[in-house]
Amino acid sequence: MTTAPSMRTPLARVRGLGTARSGTGHFWLQRLTGIGNIVTAIGLIVIVLALIGKPYAEAITFLSHSLVSLVLLAGITSAAVHMRIGMQVIIEDYVHSDGLKFLALIANTFFAFAIVLSAAFAILKFGIARLLT
Amino acid sequence: MAQFSLPKNSKITAGKTWPRPQGAQSVTEFRIYRYDPDTGANPRLDTYFVDRGDCGPMILDGLIWIKSHIDPTLTFRRSCREGICGSCAMNIDGGNTLACTRGMDEVKHPITIYPLPHMAVVKDLVPDLTTFYAQHALIEPWLQTQTRAPEKEWRQSETDRAKLDGFYECILCACCSTSCPSYWWNGERYLGPAALLQAYRWLIDSRDEATGERLDYLEDPFRLYRCHTIMNCAQTCPKGLNPAKAIAEIKKMMVERRV
Repeated sequence: MTTAPSMRTPLARVRGLGTARSGTGHFWLQRLTGIGNIVTAIGLIVIVLALIGKPYAEAITFLSHSLVSLVLLAGITSAAVHMRIGMQVIIEDYVHSDGLKFLALIANTFFAFAIVLSAAFAILKFGIARLLT
Repeated sequence: MAQFSLPKNSKITAGKTWPRPQGAQSVTEFRIYRYDPDTGANPRLDTYFVDRGDCGPMILDGLIWIKSHIDPTLTFRRSCREGICGSCAMNIDGGNTLACTRGMDEVKHPITIYPLPHMAVVKDLVPDLTTFYAQHALIEPWLQTQTRAPEKEWRQSETDRAKLDGFYECILCACCSTSCPSYWWNGERYLGPAALLQAYRWLIDSRDEATGERLDYLEDPFRLYRCHTIMNCAQTCPKGLNPAKAIAEIKKMMVERRV
């Protein structure tokens, strides 16, 4: 840690802008989505095992089953939220210059959103197509 | 970005090898970090040989022997020489510990000694702990009450007093905070394990009436939540304390008051 010469007192420096009165929500959500990831990952493994050796048409029929779709949707949402807030912590840890930090945080959010959106679209496409036929 | 490598003027160069003591039966080799702010030169690693027949068994004894017999300019903090003042904390054989409670034969030879990691160095083995002490002041480590003070002492049951065991013994040597990568990267904003251990010690003191306020000023993504349970703090604490547990308990209290 480098301490830049400053005429502010050490206490003023460590008090900084004060407390954000937040962080607990983030901490809690990370644990919740962690649990969510374990549960849905087990579901995902079962789904992948069930798909082994199935031809394309049968695989689509299986994946478009409501229960399977719901497991996949829950999994991708939980994983993406977990990924976004986890990456946010890493960015806050290591990226200190304001401009780059905000850019990285914004890109991180958009990336996670894009992942959820595209995955959900793919899952729903088959699910809805099945309902309509 | 966080700085992962030493700045140019902090890169360590080869130092001087001081002569072996004459007539010594058994010697131990020390390699010690030297930095003199007055010369402006880069830090260097000097080699010393300590006469074990004329010296106590602990690493601090060796340092004092070097200062008395070889090189009086070698600078380090020390006071109680029995692990209670926390002055002689330094990085010995790759880990932060107290020079006075670590024996010379408990570590690999040659014995390498650096100042506590990632702190500005004042001279040789003396780090600048100004920020570290300010962080301790920030958590207001004293009893806070609203109720009118009793005529005698604030009373506390034996059970409640026992809850402080494992937390009150901290000697503020800074071994834990300076071993913590989160503290290295965000040492100005993250309070570090030592200050948080002390914060917890006051949070669970049954006599204290400011628990809520104490939690308020800790509830921050940086002050508290930079702890990622790396556990270096618990591994390195020369008093055998577990700051990581204290921090985890603070996080539990944070959740507890919300749900």
